[in-house]
Amino acid sequence: MTVRRIALVAWHVFKEHVRDRVLYAIAGFALLLVAASILLGQLTAGEDVKIIKDLGLAVIEGAGLLMTIFLGVGLVSREIDRRSIISLLAKPLPRWQFIVGKYLGLVLTIVVNVAAMTVALFLMLKYLDWRALPVERAAWDAAAADPHLLLATLMIAIELALLTAVALFFSAFSSSALLSLAFTIGIYVTGVFSLDLRRFGDTVEAPSIVSHVVAAIGWIVPAFSAFDLKAQVVHGLPVPASYVTLTAGYGVIYAAAAVVAAILVFSRREFT
Amino acid sequence: MFPVRVLGLTKDFPQGFWRPRPHRAVDGLSFDIPEGGVFGLLGPNGAGKSTTLKLLLDLLRPTAGRAEILGRPAGDVGARQRLGFLPENPTFYDHLTAEELLEYFAGLFGYRGEDRRARAGAALDRVGLGADRRRPLRQYSKGMVQRVGLAQAIVNDPALVILDEPMSGLDPIGRRDVREMILALRDEGRTVLFSSHILSDAEQLCSRVGILAKGRLVAEGTVGELTRHAGGTDVTASDVPTAFVDRAAARVRKTSRIADGRYRFELAPGERPEPFIADLAAAGAALVSVAPVGASLEDAFLHALGNDVRVDDTRGDRSAAS
Repeated sequence: MTVRRIALVAWHVFKEHVRDRVLYAIAGFALLLVAASILLGQLTAGEDVKIIKDLGLAVIEGAGLLMTIFLGVGLVSREIDRRSIISLLAKPLPRWQFIVGKYLGLVLTIVVNVAAMTVALFLMLKYLDWRALPVERAAWDAAAADPHLLLATLMIAIELALLTAVALFFSAFSSSALLSLAFTIGIYVTGVFSLDLRRFGDTVEAPSIVSHVVAAIGWIVPAFSAFDLKAQVVHGLPVPASYVTLTAGYGVIYAAAAVVAAILVFSRREFT
Repeated sequence: MFPVRVLGLTKDFPQGFWRPRPHRAVDGLSFDIPEGGVFGLLGPNGAGKSTTLKLLLDLLRPTAGRAEILGRPAGDVGARQRLGFLPENPTFYDHLTAEELLEYFAGLFGYRGEDRRARAGAALDRVGLGADRRRPLRQYSKGMVQRVGLAQAIVNDPALVILDEPMSGLDPIGRRDVREMILALRDEGRTVLFSSHILSDAEQLCSRVGILAKGRLVAEGTVGELTRHAGGTDVTASDVPTAFVDRAAARVRKTSRIADGRYRFELAPGERPEPFIADLAAAGAALVSVAPVGASLEDAFLHALGNDVRVDDTRGDRSAAS
């Protein structure tokens, strides 16, 4: 019954987002950008496949980030704002199942969108591969429809799942979607620079206490930049399996911890 | 077993930012609701009705005391399996149809497949929305949303139905429909607890009522008990000596002079008329009539709130006692 209830909540979240115009706007914009990269690629002789891969992956990540942040921050706070939470929590639905269901529902939405955009990117690269002359293919760092691209999109999906958990935490914590938005964007930006923050003391002359505090922040916030395999994949560089496994494990564990924190916060909340 | 037991329930809300001070919304509330019948939780705005219901549903946590729902502590997921709840001014999901919403909620109660669809359909038919079940909720009027709210409150065939201001914002036809629905639920043997400040509805529906004021239960009982208690007795006598009228002022709620020596005395609720009549006779007055004064639930309500205003049907005037 537990799994069924979580699945019901998750499916409801997915259905809600599928019917949300915002999602279509973001997905449509992303597909347009991926298509536009073909034109850009034609302007740069011999580099077209690399540019399309680079741009395509960046668009998948960017569109995913937009979806995650804008849908994630309202995941719980929207239920509270429109007071639908009152009816829902009067049902035999434990609060932890509600949170887990909400999380999985948005992750499903994002994974489906990332998968759709990845398919679009692959179709485009296949088309270029089919059109290319053997001499052009020989100049490429990696095959056009390189399976390693899937690795990059998988890491993007894990990164987005982690960001979803962060957004969910703030959504469960704050009644204001705007505040959740500010916190989530703040954590994301800090997380992107987390590796730089960890090395703050090596690069900037500052009092020891400041260096330690900044480094600590760098270790605490999620290291979003660790999930970025775009450059390696686009240039056909090797990506060690251990790195992928460790980073994916880090993402999953961090996301699970954020969801648990969201459950703890939400379990204590009262609804007036 | 009492479907609802409330034992010393207290709820404080902190008020103020820099130095928050507790504001007591519910203050040591205790009452039991017997099985079957309709219990009305009445009170003016801000009396603590919705807070009490939310404490029962574990949407709020008590500062002190406890509550039990269907023999289990409030907040127990198992108790909610047999509970239906309609919140005040319900809002649901605009992107869903009524049928989808009901199926979603029925699923949370553990119903599956065809059973789930059948329950959703039956609940919508029962509230008269069978024909509109596939319309998105964003196209529904307020009255229709209220009906959907009622449908989702009964989709699980509950033993206890809690309705928070179920008539709020409805037109007369909508209110009549909700009243009929509540009576039908009662006739099926379910226990209904509803909060309201519309006393005429409560008077027609409730087998028992509890009156809340400033978070405290100031009166509880059947409508008959409360109105009897609020009504008092009118004693009319002639040849009443003035000295007796002056002496009686402390014993009666109101004295009205009808003609020379002829007075009507209003005895307070609970005051037995026999000793007063004996004193009247001893003073040489002649008894003309003794009549119990029928009181409405509104009288009982105002009496319980300490604002003792009474409507006298025989005179048609409205008088405030000191």
